[in-house]
Amino acid sequence: MLKEFQKKSLENESILPSIILEEVEKISKLKNIREKKKSELIETLEGIYLENSFEPGEAIGIIAAQSLSEPATQMTMRTYHFAGSAGLQVTLGLPRLIEIFDSRKEPATPIMTVYFKKEFNNEKDVENFAKKIKEKKLRNLLDSVSLDLTNKKIQIKLKKIKESEKNETIEKIKEKIKKINIKVREDNISIEPENHELSIRDLQRLKKKILDLTVSGVNKIINVVVIKEGNDWIVKTFGSNLSHILKMDEVDYSKSYTNNLHEIQEVLGIEAAREALIKEIRETMSQQGLNVDERHIMLIADIMVFTGEIRAVGRYGVAGMKSSVLTKAGFEETTKHLVRASVRNEEDNFKGIFENVMINQQVPVGTGMFDLVAKIGED
Amino acid sequence: MADVFIDGRFVGQAKEPEKMIEFLREKRRAGKIPDQVNFSYLDYLNEIRVVTDEGRVRRPLIIIENGKPKLTQEHIEKIQKGEIMWHDLINNGIIEYLDTEEEENALVALRSENLTKEHTHLELDPLVIFGISTSFVPFPEFDRGDRVNFGSKMVGQSIGLYSTNFLRRVDTKSNILVYPQKSLVKTHIDDVLHSENHPGGQNIVIAVMSFKCFNIEDAIIMNKSSVERGLFWSYLFRTYEAEEKKYMGGQEDIIGIPEPGVKGYAGEEAYKHLPEDGIINPEIHLTDEQIIVGKTSPLRFLGSLDQFITDLENIRETSVKLRHGEEGIVDRVFITESADGNKLVKVVVRDLKRPEIGDKFASRHGQKGVIGLIIPEEDLPFTEDGVIPDIIFNPHSIPSRMTIGKLLEIIGGKVCALNGKRSSNPAFHPTPEKDFVEALEKNGFKGDGKEALYDADTGEKYTQDVFMGNVFYQKLDHLVSNKIHARSRGPITLLTKQPTEGKSKRGGLRLGEMEKDCLIAHGASLLLKERFDVDRTTLPVCAECGLPAFHDKVKDKKFCPVCGESKIVEVEMAYAFKLLLDELKSMLIYPKIITKEE
Ligand SMILES: [Zn+2]
Repeated sequence: MLKEFQKKSLENESILPSIILEEVEKISKLKNIREKKKSELIETLEGIYLENSFEPGEAIGIIAAQSLSEPATQMTMRTYHFAGSAGLQVTLGLPRLIEIFDSRKEPATPIMTVYFKKEFNNEKDVENFAKKIKEKKLRNLLDSVSLDLTNKKIQIKLKKIKESEKNETIEKIKEKIKKINIKVREDNISIEPENHELSIRDLQRLKKKILDLTVSGVNKIINVVVIKEGNDWIVKTFGSNLSHILKMDEVDYSKSYTNNLHEIQEVLGIEAAREALIKEIRETMSQQGLNVDERHIMLIADIMVFTGEIRAVGRYGVAGMKSSVLTKAGFEETTKHLVRASVRNEEDNFKGIFENVMINQQVPVGTGMFDLVAKIGED
Repeated sequence: MADVFIDGRFVGQAKEPEKMIEFLREKRRAGKIPDQVNFSYLDYLNEIRVVTDEGRVRRPLIIIENGKPKLTQEHIEKIQKGEIMWHDLINNGIIEYLDTEEEENALVALRSENLTKEHTHLELDPLVIFGISTSFVPFPEFDRGDRVNFGSKMVGQSIGLYSTNFLRRVDTKSNILVYPQKSLVKTHIDDVLHSENHPGGQNIVIAVMSFKCFNIEDAIIMNKSSVERGLFWSYLFRTYEAEEKKYMGGQEDIIGIPEPGVKGYAGEEAYKHLPEDGIINPEIHLTDEQIIVGKTSPLRFLGSLDQFITDLENIRETSVKLRHGEEGIVDRVFITESADGNKLVKVVVRDLKRPEIGDKFASRHGQKGVIGLIIPEEDLPFTEDGVIPDIIFNPHSIPSRMTIGKLLEIIGGKVCALNGKRSSNPAFHPTPEKDFVEALEKNGFKGDGKEALYDADTGEKYTQDVFMGNVFYQKLDHLVSNKIHARSRGPITLLTKQPTEGKSKRGGLRLGEMEKDCLIAHGASLLLKERFDVDRTTLPVCAECGLPAFHDKVKDKKFCPVCGESKIVEVEMAYAFKLLLDELKSMLIYPKIITKEE
């Protein structure tokens, strides 16, 4: 790396990455900075860049792991349980951190924060929007439900709701469930399957299907809260459905956010997921009053996402991807890895840290990373 | 109609379950049904359950009839005179034991003043919710619950007089406090258990103040002069055993000084302090691993050649030695016979443990701390009367833990010391604070327990008054002298060639996984290698098949058990890794070591 720097500086080229140079270019154009000032700026940036880059051989992975796990042990000892903002209970502290690193498909408390376009950023529109997206199942509109086993019918009694809502509901049932006859008398709905040969179990299944029918709102959005944050009206939802919400007209898709990382990866891509991962880790830590250097979090996030999808830190994720047989066997599921390696005739070339500790050889980090080579016969 | 079950078995039905239950209970109280049987009516299941089996948790309660407890003042007086006993109360249906199920049918009043007509039972006293060791804590209702719990745990660890006949006992290990005292502030349990016969601590004068930074983080400062006068001295008694065991073939152990030439003979010097019979005399001072009882044993498994070896070489030294790192004086020697009729020697060694820096002490309120400094009394602050504290306790230990009970005990102890009378303060029956304050003021002290202290260095009065009083402290069985341990070189285990574990085996201190990670994080890879170097071995490895090879030292020839004579390479590795390779081979996994050309 140092050699590269030297080469670059010899060729009078900056050592800064091109992204930063472009940024400097952009800013100097914007702020009308003169050429002399600009080179001064680049020089300062180079200083900062060198100061912040690690030295060759530094065990950054272990340092990052320690920098996160030490405060995490602090967290086990004192996890504050404070209620989430505006009545939504959010998983915080250690449980959330474990959830992130385990890369669960669905967080325990999926929360979406929805922002709005300028024209809809007012109380009335946002309230209407919140009402619109809240998922309503038929189950929530019922007074009672019963099975008429002799006539093979399902009897439903609705709660007292508006006539329009009632009609909408019936339309939804007709639309979603095929092969049934519906009779409506005031608040009573009787549903009769066309096929009279249905067994009782099938009838039960049908009943469940009808009860779980989404009558209105967005799937998975269980609860909604409207809050005002500064000048913005925002909606916080319990339950997350990013792809659906982002498509809606009122929503400012550039700001809206969910804490379901896998959803972000699917909808917005892996780079967005990486950003969100870093943000989630950082915020979980700082909520507990713990501050970790951003670069440690970035390194861990990079390791977790570099394959193109979010992998967990652990047996099936990051640790399971290691190349050394002995390292994998030493971590978890010893016999499984050893047997697999023997069946596949795998080779361990002792390039990593753990396997070299096992055989008590020089570990290829820090001082052990380099060999002295004497060139005999040269001067 | 309610179903009736006895011990879970259906036996029949009852037309009027409530009446039936009442009838059964009456019979039990009258003594017609054994008092261990419990009846319960579960109305939500419409079931009567009769239980007679073992393993139920039951508790005594006073029976209430017509809103009045059956236990009267008359009974109490009779008990005090010794005319009736506890079991008489049960037999006469005054007190009964309820199990968890029958408790559901009862309405229990906590105190007699809140009795109503609906109540069926009355608690004996609110304080019965506490167990034995928790009951030792005075003023527990003024402490936070967790502190009372800690306090009761530490009562169990305190060094005291565990038994009055300890001089006749041969416990493997026991601690005895040299000058035990009964506590000034006591509770009801002290009277019930006669704890004056086996007290667990001493009453000390405490000053609640910080002092020269040596009592930070719960540490306490102890008065050296008090220690020299005998404060918290204790004896550690340890019993060593030697038995003349008999083996098959008429061989036996022999207790006595081993003859020179015996396998493992320790040299003449090692047996010099032993009398002729090889059993040590009382009052001899022993130090590191000195022999207590000389003993020899026959070699166990005789091979075919061993028969031709002379008698002496067939015997090995198996003397009983003082434990590593301990010292002491021989206290008592017992010579008897074991159950098998063998000669049995038991030797009790005593060691005086005086308080030293690091020893652990605690009051009864979950306030534990180690000694941070032992300082002569001339350097400690004193009051107008010349009272010098035994222990200086840091006030920072109070606010976060909220052990107000300890503060009350300090004031209460001070009053007791002034009046020459013990004061009883069990749970929920405390002496009012007002009484303490009045008593202090009557004796010419400030009512809040504070006193003016004078700086021993300058003789000047401190600008602030200091809270002082008497409190019961316990020495806990966590003494540094029993725990201190270090090693530079020492024994290794045969199997792994790594250091042994544990203090008694002179073990090493593990540099664990996380410590290893720290060395890596620092990039100190050579230090890491050196630290894990204890089991380093050089292994001859066959360059062809990659399996460990042999080195025949007689012929000075290296060969491979698989390939025969082939190219052998020396490979340096951890012995533990060689073991792993062996284990893999036993699992039918072939670990091939691929060697590089030099
Ligand atoms: Zn070979």
